Amino acid sequence: MLSIALYITLALVVMALLMNLYRLTVGPDLPDRVLALDTMYVNSIALIVLLGLWLNSKTYFESALLIAMLGFISTVAVCKYILRGDIIE
Amino acid sequence: MPFLVEALISLLLIAGGVFVFIGSLGMAHLRDFYMRLHGPTKATTLGIGCMLIASMGYFWSVDGKPDIQELLITLFLFITAPVSAHLLAKTGLHMQLKHSQKTQGKPVELRPEEVGEKPVPHPDKGHG
Repeated sequence: MLSIALYITLALVVMALLMNLYRLTVGPDLPDRVLALDTMYVNSIALIVLLGLWLNSKTYFESALLIAMLGFISTVAVCKYILRGDIIE
Repeated sequence: MPFLVEALISLLLIAGGVFVFIGSLGMAHLRDFYMRLHGPTKATTLGIGCMLIASMGYFWSVDGKPDIQELLITLFLFITAPVSAHLLAKTGLHMQLKHSQKTQGKPVELRPEEVGEKPVPHPDKGHG
């Protein structure tokens, strides 16, 4: 039962990533693309968690934590750059 | 693994996947930026929380002892998602993106008499 649920969840997450990719390429303005990248890193954390369940290993959670931190910081940096024209004033 | 635990973990996994999917569907499908901001910031955050809790439950039942790591990632995402959403909304208002007729509310940055030719800072706080 758990493996079937894992298959279904993997399919849903991959479809979500494809839709993010669509918004990243089509997105009419810059904030749309930043939002698409922001969602993409959250979905990649989901993929890493599912990979950890698949391989039955806890090694990958550190990388998930790293991706969460770096993704948040990069989103904030890009938004700050658009808002103020500078990141650290 | 007991049947009930396995059923609960499977349910949480599928719920997380559905919420993540709905969030990205909203972002791909809705009409303007202010609507699109809703999907990823709420549905996707809830979905990833469900998946991380499911993973924590799985490793708890396999190893026999709970692990704090997944809870840490969940907490971090739940704290940072509203902050990045707030900054993205501010960026959209600053760039004065087009909004459709159904998007309600007129923030002070969007009123024509307040805005003029160029974007002006908010009266009290400024844009930072």
